[in-house]
Amino acid sequence: MSDHTSKQFDAEMEAIRSGVLSMGGLVERQMARAIAALEEDEDAKLIDAVAADERAINQLQIAIDQQCAQIIARRQPTAVDLRIVLTVTKVVNDLERIGDEIKKVAYKAAGVRGSDRLTRIRYYDVVRMAGGAQQMLRKALDAFARLDVNEAADVVADDDDIDVAFNAVMRQLISFMMEDPRTISASLEVVFIAKAIERIGDHAKNISESVVQVVKGKDVRHATAEQIRAEVAGE
Amino acid sequence: MLGSARPGAAGLTPDASPPPPLKAESRDLSFHYGNGFKALNAITMPVHEHRVTALIGPSGCGKSTFLRCFNRMHDLYPGNRYEGAIVLHPDNTNLLADDVDPIEVRMRVSMVFQKPNPFPKSIYENVAYGLRVRGVTNKNHLDDKVEESLRGAALWDEVKQRLNEVGSNLSGGQQQRLCIARALATDPEILLFDEPTSALDPIATASIEELISELKKRVTILIVTHNMQQAARVSDYTAYMYLGELIEFDRTDTIFFKPGRKETEDYITGRFG
Repeated sequence: MSDHTSKQFDAEMEAIRSGVLSMGGLVERQMARAIAALEEDEDAKLIDAVAADERAINQLQIAIDQQCAQIIARRQPTAVDLRIVLTVTKVVNDLERIGDEIKKVAYKAAGVRGSDRLTRIRYYDVVRMAGGAQQMLRKALDAFARLDVNEAADVVADDDDIDVAFNAVMRQLISFMMEDPRTISASLEVVFIAKAIERIGDHAKNISESVVQVVKGKDVRHATAEQIRAEVAGE
Repeated sequence: MLGSARPGAAGLTPDASPPPPLKAESRDLSFHYGNGFKALNAITMPVHEHRVTALIGPSGCGKSTFLRCFNRMHDLYPGNRYEGAIVLHPDNTNLLADDVDPIEVRMRVSMVFQKPNPFPKSIYENVAYGLRVRGVTNKNHLDDKVEESLRGAALWDEVKQRLNEVGSNLSGGQQQRLCIARALATDPEILLFDEPTSALDPIATASIEELISELKKRVTILIVTHNMQQAARVSDYTAYMYLGELIEFDRTDTIFFKPGRKETEDYITGRFG
């Protein structure tokens, strides 16, 4: 994109964009730690690190939102600049929510470790689901960084897979709880983990939809993956 | 050279409602100054009734030249030449036709200029001037028209006690509203504004903008402005012009959110080099 006549305006726009990317980097690191907490034996240091990441993410959300408010107040951005500023305020909100969900995953993982009633096999599905959400997050951030609408459309389609996996995990857990009521409390912890992962997928999808709005100027929230693909493919 | 003209195709609030009827339209309008300079090149653009249409573009793009064609202002200088047509609806009159009297055109299409230019006469006579030129002499009729026009320009309450004072005693914003009242007195169908607030402070500017929003219930408005935010605030349609060409015309919400052409986007976001 060509530069503004005002170099200061360019610098301010670049600051919010790179702010989102460093916030995204933090969230990705936090996600990797939460998955490690799911896979490995309970590690108190890992949980602490996830919590610290979450606090840093919250601070960035506030800082970037303030920068956006300043740009709106001082520059009255229009067209592509306006679309970017609007999108950034939405994306930082989604990233902050992802940070909250990841923290839940890590804390609940520690809780599940306390119970030995659950087998590794069931847990494996949840870890795989988390891997899928991690992929979606990475692709959504990449789509934002490169304003790549095709990749954004992929993420929206991926969300359907996460939803399918979530339903499968729920069915498994229900049958398990019916067989042996002593597993109920640990299973409920897993339900919360799976739900948090499913929400991470939703937020990654929101970020991708925002990317489509920046590039195409179209609000594609609530559209189906096929509709979004068609919009992206259109001129 | 119209850009993506799908109304509301990418606006904040996609609007499927049909556009309002046309009040006027320019058809392949080109304009040559007496020195041979071609300032406008084949401009075709609709003007929707009871809507505000803003003309934006960098200095020298032809937006003021275009505006002035609408009331034959260029006729005042010899050698200027129009090609194409500006058609006024519903009677389909070509304003530029040789057999159309420019004085009659200016009754139907009035102009408000950049700097307030009240005549060196009383407030009352400023407003009554156009009617007197038309031959109106009935005092009651003049009184009624002057009051109605001053009310229309949101100036009546401020000046009703001093209608016989000279117009130039008013503040800048009041003088501009006096000029608007003078333009309204002949019941024009279209009002042309050529950067009406560039000489005014922000409060006076806001009151003129508010007035423009009120006036569009009565008349159709075309406004040239250098202030992009002003175009965004007051207009329903926006035309972006560059080097005498119409680059893009669309609903204002589309132009300022997702214009169809990159040239437009670069200009309104301040990327114009």
